[in-house]
Amino acid sequence: MGPHLEIKNLHVQVEGKEILKGIDLTINPGEIHAIMGPNGSGKSTLANTLAGHPKYVITQGDILYKGASILEWKPDERAQKGIFLAFQYPMAIPGVTVANFLRTALNAKRRATGSNGSSKSISIPEFRKLMIKQMELLKLDPTFATRYLNDGFSGGEKKRVEILQMAVLNPELAILDETDSGLDIDALRIVSEGVNATMNPNLGILLITHYQRILNYIKPQFIHVMVSGKLAMSGGPELALQLEEKGYDWIIEAETAK
Amino acid sequence: MTDIHKPTFDIGSSGSEYKEKYGFFDPEQYVFKAKKGLNREIVKEISWMKNEPDWMRQYRLRALETFYQKPMPQWGGNLNDIDFDDIYYFLRATDKSERSWEDVPDDIKKTFDRLGIPEAERRFLSGVGAQYESEVVYHNIKESLSKQGVIFLGMDQALAEHPDIVKKYFGTVIPSADNKFAALNSAVWSGGSFIYVPKGVHVEMPLQAYFRINAQNMGQFERTLIIADEGSYVHYVEGCTAPIYSSDSLHSAVVEIIINKGARVRYTTIQNWSSNVYNLVTKRAVAYEDATMEWVDCNLGSKLTMKYPSVYMMGKGAHGAILSVAFAGKGQHQDAGGKVVHGAPYTSSVINSKSISKDGGRTSYRGLLKVYAGAVGSKSNVRCDALLLDETSRSDTYPYIEIDENNVTIGHEASVSKIGEEQLFYLMSRGLSEAEAATMIVSGFIEPIIKELPMEFAVEMNRLIQLQMEGSVG
Repeated sequence: MGPHLEIKNLHVQVEGKEILKGIDLTINPGEIHAIMGPNGSGKSTLANTLAGHPKYVITQGDILYKGASILEWKPDERAQKGIFLAFQYPMAIPGVTVANFLRTALNAKRRATGSNGSSKSISIPEFRKLMIKQMELLKLDPTFATRYLNDGFSGGEKKRVEILQMAVLNPELAILDETDSGLDIDALRIVSEGVNATMNPNLGILLITHYQRILNYIKPQFIHVMVSGKLAMSGGPELALQLEEKGYDWIIEAETAK
Repeated sequence: MTDIHKPTFDIGSSGSEYKEKYGFFDPEQYVFKAKKGLNREIVKEISWMKNEPDWMRQYRLRALETFYQKPMPQWGGNLNDIDFDDIYYFLRATDKSERSWEDVPDDIKKTFDRLGIPEAERRFLSGVGAQYESEVVYHNIKESLSKQGVIFLGMDQALAEHPDIVKKYFGTVIPSADNKFAALNSAVWSGGSFIYVPKGVHVEMPLQAYFRINAQNMGQFERTLIIADEGSYVHYVEGCTAPIYSSDSLHSAVVEIIINKGARVRYTTIQNWSSNVYNLVTKRAVAYEDATMEWVDCNLGSKLTMKYPSVYMMGKGAHGAILSVAFAGKGQHQDAGGKVVHGAPYTSSVINSKSISKDGGRTSYRGLLKVYAGAVGSKSNVRCDALLLDETSRSDTYPYIEIDENNVTIGHEASVSKIGEEQLFYLMSRGLSEAEAATMIVSGFIEPIIKELPMEFAVEMNRLIQLQMEGSVG
């Protein structure tokens, strides 16, 4: 199986300003890559660009998903093909229940991937079983199913619901944008266990984080450090410990010196 | 029974069978030509055909004078194009020619398909063919209701069978002089529902307009009167989500509701008028001590709707709620809202209005919150939210607030929004197309009101909104 994700010399602009200045990255199925870096380095820009946010303009380079360029694909197409973004700030959709939303999303994916363009929608009992099982794993109270999506949810609850969506939608490339931000120790552990439970040989994960803490639970094979829109350094898991000790300054200095 | 809604329902036979069924003269025996336009003669004939008591005939004639005297309102929507002489105010059932299914426009037929309307209902809703076969259902319901002492009849029949009750309450909540269209209705009314609920009786199942003899439901000038005696409860449901295809261009109904001590009435309306219709309605409830009135009003379509369901709280502790959804598409204007009048202490009210404008449609919230001096301890919360789906659509808010009492708690919130880019992106990033995402956001926007509807209506409403979002209009 070829790589799930290949990013080649990616340059991205937002409102006329260049944020990503030539990113190269390859993620194979079954791999977990972490991207760390100081605030403003462009981590979220990368996440949103991969998901297809219209505000992010690609001025150079390419993004290949399972060998095909996705630059022309709209966000819904990317999702239907198996790309999932866990948002840093998930949006509230008042009036739409978590259950209703999830079932609609799952059916949209099934419709898109069905043979000959037709695919049966998931039955309500089947869906309910699936959702309840995943909610239990994420320690989400069953009442969440009928609450309005992200409306009045705490930060931790929102992040757990993001992972619930990931578990139900079963993507092949998951980008987790600062999933650990705003989580206390318990929530962090629950979310991490949730992510690890979805791990399978067909899934590639790009974990974006500012702090090293989550890497104690979700163990990446590769760590990259993003500074000023470039991946300044890459390494194995031991890089995380170095950053923990020394912070980002030494990398930033080295990058500026170049 | 007369029905002045065109197209027609063929009530079939004439003669004694007709009189037996409906209690009126056989129209065949009288020479009468249907004619357009409004005048004293026509009003007299309407009353005569229905065999009404003299007081009602006089009431109608006085109302006609009032109608002539009152000027055309220049606020709200544009009413100046209505040609009052180009309307049939009265038609005998036998004058009407039966319309054929072929004549029904394709988009209406398609909408029936999409909404899953059963075959029998489709013909009824398009004014084709014989009466809708709800007679049996109606009959059984009548039996159980009459055991409880509940009266649920067409307004014409109620006047004939219970003239004293009708006389006592008719026009007491909305006098004919209230406004020009109340006057018009008072002069030429026909059809509508009459409900009386005795003390302490709770009618568990919602009473629906189409349980009754059907033709009257779609009448141009329906008159509805609901009286809830002390401690009673009833829920009345009017309308349906299927498009009401009407060649009548003016619908001007009047609904009066009287709620006595401790009683509760909920009146739910879902209407989807075809876009040639002027839908001008006066609906008002009077709530006495500890009484509750709830209006749940969903309006889609029409060329122009002007409708402000009202609750006058005249007894201590009364409560009024007005929940409404308005959807205006291309060429449509919904001028709607509500009026809450606090005329007694410790009364409370809630107005929650949601409006959506699309493709250049226009929605306006027009509401009155009035608190009289002495209505101490009263509370009111008004909330109107408008959603604009594109650059050409329009939404306005005209709140009128008149508070003459200090010792009250009042809240008013208004918002205008469009579908957020970030919300759209979030939903699309889960695989929903842009159209599906927009529809989901719109459904979520009106959900607080939709969840108050009986289940089957909620499902139909959501489907209808979906259709509206796709641009296919019934």
